[in-house]
Amino acid sequence: MTPFPLTLADYLGHWGSYIVYLLIGFAFGFVLEISGFGNSKKLAAQFYFKDLTVLKVMFTAIVTAMILIFLTSAAGLLDYNLIWVNPTYLWPGIVGGLIMGVGFIIGGFCPGTSLVSAATLKIDGIFFALGTFFGIFLFGETVGWFEDFFYSSYMGRFTLPELLGLPTGVVVLLITIMALLIFYGGEYLEKIVGGKTDPAERPRWRYAAAGGLIALAAVVLVMGQPTTEDRWKWMEKEKSELLAQRAVQVHPGELLEKMYDKKLNLVLLDVRDERDYNLFHLLDARHVPFEDVKAYAEELRAEPANTVTVVMSNDEATATEAWKILVAESVSNVYILEGGINGWIDTFATDTFKSEIRPVSAGQDRLAYAFSAALGARYTIARPDPHAYDLEYTPKIQLQTVRGPASGGCG
Amino acid sequence: MASVTSAPENARTTPAIAARLRRAPRPYVHPYLGGLLLGVVLFAAFFITGNGLGASGGMNRLIVLVEDALVPEHVDTTPYLLEMAGGDRNPLDSWVVFVTIGVVIGGFVSGWLNGRLKVETNRGPRVPVRLRWVMAFVGGAFMGYGARLARGCTSGQALSGGAVLSVGSWAFMFAVFAGAYALAYFVRKLWN
Repeated sequence: MTPFPLTLADYLGHWGSYIVYLLIGFAFGFVLEISGFGNSKKLAAQFYFKDLTVLKVMFTAIVTAMILIFLTSAAGLLDYNLIWVNPTYLWPGIVGGLIMGVGFIIGGFCPGTSLVSAATLKIDGIFFALGTFFGIFLFGETVGWFEDFFYSSYMGRFTLPELLGLPTGVVVLLITIMALLIFYGGEYLEKIVGGKTDPAERPRWRYAAAGGLIALAAVVLVMGQPTTEDRWKWMEKEKSELLAQRAVQVHPGELLEKMYDKKLNLVLLDVRDERDYNLFHLLDARHVPFEDVKAYAEELRAEPANTVTVVMSNDEATATEAWKILVAESVSNVYILEGGINGWIDTFATDTFKSEIRPVSAGQDRLAYAFSAALGARYTIARPDPHAYDLEYTPKIQLQTVRGPASGGCG
Repeated sequence: MASVTSAPENARTTPAIAARLRRAPRPYVHPYLGGLLLGVVLFAAFFITGNGLGASGGMNRLIVLVEDALVPEHVDTTPYLLEMAGGDRNPLDSWVVFVTIGVVIGGFVSGWLNGRLKVETNRGPRVPVRLRWVMAFVGGAFMGYGARLARGCTSGQALSGGAVLSVGSWAFMFAVFAGAYALAYFVRKLWN
């Protein structure tokens, strides 16, 4: 299993985990300061092509972090599924960005750098930070007037490789090359506009660093990002044991009880084909045919932390395969309905039900009852009364801490 | 035991601190080196926690904390604020608040170690100090408003979202540069 990111709260407690964030913030503020980002003159010079420090620091940082993230992801150390990728709200992002650009050139900072500037006692930094507080306050008070726009053009977790239809490694290499070309052009501009000719500002080691970044990006390209099959192989030993011990197969009685548990966000995932689903399914079961399960994992990861997903097919075969895909794709708290839909009907069918719908002998993972009409969940046993049954079973469902950030960005 | 051994050390370091404060500021690190270090910090944040960096989010929650103390009913009836501080929710209960506090401490310590702790106003050569202050406040207000509309600032969107290849973050990044470059010519007297 990919060991990172860590579930910090498990080691340090809820508030204790924030110490790590404090240290990360410390390092962030420290690096911003030594790069000159506490000085508004240095920041603003970016926009007159005299001193492109902002561009150089930002793009070097983005490229470095990007390469390390996808390198560790390729090596199976970091789970990219579990890191926060800012969801795309295209137009609010662009309009907000333009407004920020205006603020940048008038005020000379961005929010983070103004904090560093204020911390080093620069009065303009303090005024800027106060202005930022005021702007944020104003936004909170006025966002209600244009909420439709604020939530418009939502595209979810949408990445450049998906947009361009290219493998991640190719995009990583292209961005690295693009950044180096931008640096080359930027240095040229600094020379002709800013008159910077000091050789000390153009050390030889930057060629070695550029070469190193290109080489690492090429390694990312060659290694490729893990597929669902790769991810399953990394955890197969540990997880197939759970299957063999029947630790994740939930008895129909336990599922019925959980259907009435208001503290859980129970997701019933029916992975059978459309015909079987239409003939009969549990109340509120979501229909996700087996071939769409992998794509659906992203939606399940976005569900709240108290979510339990129970996968079902006619017996257990297809559901088990779907379980493997979901577990490999980093969905937490996934279980399989023991005996599948056939087992469910066996458990809860009343005599009247059995007199109308006859059992038939079916092949593996086929519906074992001859439904005559596609009534879906309009049967009582689609959500039976839990008090009408006295079932004995070993409870299996345990709500485990969901890995990865539940929310992120500048939330 | 610890206090006995550390006493003479304190005596030695005190003049060193005084000297440090008197010394001329050290030069900034080379931008590419700063970028590499920043990249490693950003990577470490994602690698360990799954979250990137942020700043305006933490500032947002500090403002909401004040609002919640002064006018709790108002917070409870405004959906945007409700998410952070509605009912008994503590607006400080978020990772980004602690990153933001860390940024201030880290900036201060670096400024202190490098002789850059100095009360001053950085401004263009032809700009009066007062005007620079007003412009800094106005620019900050634009920045704060835009950052919340874009759901993140240069740190939370451009750096963090950029490194994990979010489409929206890249579009945002180009918009920030476009906005600044478009206006740069008209406010050139502020900086040159």
